[in-house]
Amino acid sequence: MNTDNKLLTVSASPHRRTEDTTGGIMIDVVIALLPALVLSVVLFGFRSLLVVAVSVAACVILEYLSRKIMKRNNTLGDFSAVITGMLLAFNLPPSMPLWMVVIGDAVAIVVVKQFFGGIGQNFVNPALVGRIVLMTSFPTYTNNFTEPFAWRNPEVDAVTSATPLAQFAGNYSRQGVITAMNSSQMPTLSEMFFGIYGGCLGETCAAALILGGVYLCIRKVISPRIPLYYIGTVALIMLIAGRGNIQFVLYQLLSGGLMLGAIFMATDYTTSPIKTKGKIIFAVGCGVITSLIRIYGSLPEGVSFSIILMNILVPHIETLTTPKPFGALREKKQKGEAVK
Amino acid sequence: MRSSEIIKPVKKVRGGVKVSHSKNTKDMPVKRLPAPETVTLPMSQHIGAPCVPTVKVGDTVKVGQPIGDSDKYVSAPIHASVSGKVTAIKEIRTAAGNVSQAVIIENDGEMTEFEGIEAPKVETREELIKAVRQSGLVGLGGAGFPTHVKLNFNPDSGVDTLIINAAECEPYITVDYRECIENSENIFDGVHWIKEMLGFKRCVLAVEDNKPEAIKLFEHIASTNDEKDEIKVMPLKSKYPQGAEKMMVLSATGRKVPPGKLPADVGCVVMNVASAAFIARYLKTGKPLVSRSMTVDGKAVMNPQNVRVPVGTEIEYIIQACGGYKEDPVKIITGGPMMGASIVDTRHPILKNNNAILVLGKKDISIKKETDCIRCGRCAAVCPMSLVPTLIERHARAKDITHLKLAGATVCMECGSCAYSCPAGRPLVQYMRNAKAVLREAQK
Repeated sequence: MNTDNKLLTVSASPHRRTEDTTGGIMIDVVIALLPALVLSVVLFGFRSLLVVAVSVAACVILEYLSRKIMKRNNTLGDFSAVITGMLLAFNLPPSMPLWMVVIGDAVAIVVVKQFFGGIGQNFVNPALVGRIVLMTSFPTYTNNFTEPFAWRNPEVDAVTSATPLAQFAGNYSRQGVITAMNSSQMPTLSEMFFGIYGGCLGETCAAALILGGVYLCIRKVISPRIPLYYIGTVALIMLIAGRGNIQFVLYQLLSGGLMLGAIFMATDYTTSPIKTKGKIIFAVGCGVITSLIRIYGSLPEGVSFSIILMNILVPHIETLTTPKPFGALREKKQKGEAVK
Repeated sequence: MRSSEIIKPVKKVRGGVKVSHSKNTKDMPVKRLPAPETVTLPMSQHIGAPCVPTVKVGDTVKVGQPIGDSDKYVSAPIHASVSGKVTAIKEIRTAAGNVSQAVIIENDGEMTEFEGIEAPKVETREELIKAVRQSGLVGLGGAGFPTHVKLNFNPDSGVDTLIINAAECEPYITVDYRECIENSENIFDGVHWIKEMLGFKRCVLAVEDNKPEAIKLFEHIASTNDEKDEIKVMPLKSKYPQGAEKMMVLSATGRKVPPGKLPADVGCVVMNVASAAFIARYLKTGKPLVSRSMTVDGKAVMNPQNVRVPVGTEIEYIIQACGGYKEDPVKIITGGPMMGASIVDTRHPILKNNNAILVLGKKDISIKKETDCIRCGRCAAVCPMSLVPTLIERHARAKDITHLKLAGATVCMECGSCAYSCPAGRPLVQYMRNAKAVLREAQK
């Protein structure tokens, strides 16, 4: 073979690369969200699939258009817009009007993500900001929860607003807690675990979300630290708040957006710290704020706000927790000894 | 049960990546290739001051005859690797990209040995260091640091551990393994010599556990030869970059080499296994470093194998001697796929520190498109030096000197674990080099 006129590729080392890609990681997250989506369709009917589909489509189209208008390269291949669309839809009730869903998507993708430079550049979680905008703009719609299995007999009025957290809200006294738990409107713990109660379409089924979380940990997409420390912190505070009532703690862990938030939103790469120590501080912070909002806030639920507040603190957490380079600590010690 | 010759690493190396070993040539004995018609011997084949040619155009030289030397301390002399006539002394570009003076020798085919070659008399520390300098030895593992400088530590500074590096954690390369199998006697002789002359208290032979035959052989020799029981074999978990110098020191002693310091500053000397064997051979015969073994591998070369060639042989000649190209090569690398340099031209000569030529075809390499960082943190998780490469990249782009210094950009040894594991395909090693350049510029 003639070797004189062939061109060789020249690049910086290393010449081997992992086969993992950004797109592959994001597809793993989509796969991890699927069990919750399937359960949501079982519980709340095809309306929830429609909300998810519209949200995903809107996110993808908006991402494509905004990149095009801003004259940036097309980034649809990384599938992150799909995840944003899914997560935002998961945070909404199945009955949400579709045009409102699209507004939420626009806030998430265009304002929060692309205005700040696209994937990896946004400083807060896009889906959560989308949700908060919808929650504050259209509170009657975002709190309009469908009863599970209502789609089977459409004649019955199937709307409830009494989510478990709403029943605890404003009354975290010893007696209030017990009254709420014994109320006939309160689902049982096993119903809570499998998501058989009214709520946001992807939030209710803890079992499916945990399954997805385990999948992500096995695939090494996320480390279990953030979910465990987040949920653990909430559990600890609620144990104190409920004066040692384990049942109350379980209700707190299984209700609201805690599982979805802790497993899928707080672990978002872009808006959480990189290093382990930072991750722990971040997760504990989320847990504390969530608990405080639930106990003392005027809102029944605090997961969205707590994650966003901690998102904003991430750069500072990173500055405080960036590790010393290999051997650097030792050098300091030696200097200290020399001074003595 | 573990025998007394085997020791466990004191501390684990953090991070690192699992790369496929691709040790395809591990059962192929090193084959001596016929010497080429000409050799090109650059005067800079090591870290430190380049040599000055001591021969003129038209001179007749013999194998082992010094042809370049320097009066600088950090340098190593260059010897003729074939016998014949000096046809030119000119500036050439080496595979590493540097421009260097080079002596070009036309081979007369005789391979006549230089008369001045005789086994050196070595009875003291100074004599050993002097002999090692005269042998022209530089670190054969890849870095090319003059070995006599490494050995010439202050004897009162508490240097106690000699670590012989046979980890060979780069994929493909098997010459160190072949050295272990084929030349174990010289390795042990070399270690004994160095240990005695320089007063090391203990010696550790570090081998990755993907080379069980080498571990077994070393264990056997250590248990039969070593009456005082001071040479230990340390199997290491196969993980890249296990064989990096600072990682070696950490594994063998638990000590951490501080940023900007050398292993000798924490009482260790790390030496490549082939370097140790070479010292024994030199002390026995007096033949300087004029040839070296290397692995030729990759899907685009016809017959992958281990070869021994005179220093200064053209890369193209070696590839042709291995059967030529099987398919169009996409990349040709000197060294391993993790830290080796891709070359532009196959007419570069091989240097003393080249341990492999990889002729990579389409299936061997992954060329990834660079996309935006998603802050997944994998680069930080795998960095053996506890750095956060993506942050360093950002600081370097912003020319943020304060944060660059804090982030420890200069500690990076460019092992490539970060870039390997980056799902966004970012060339992080290049960015680390950029960060170092930004820091250097700021210091001016």
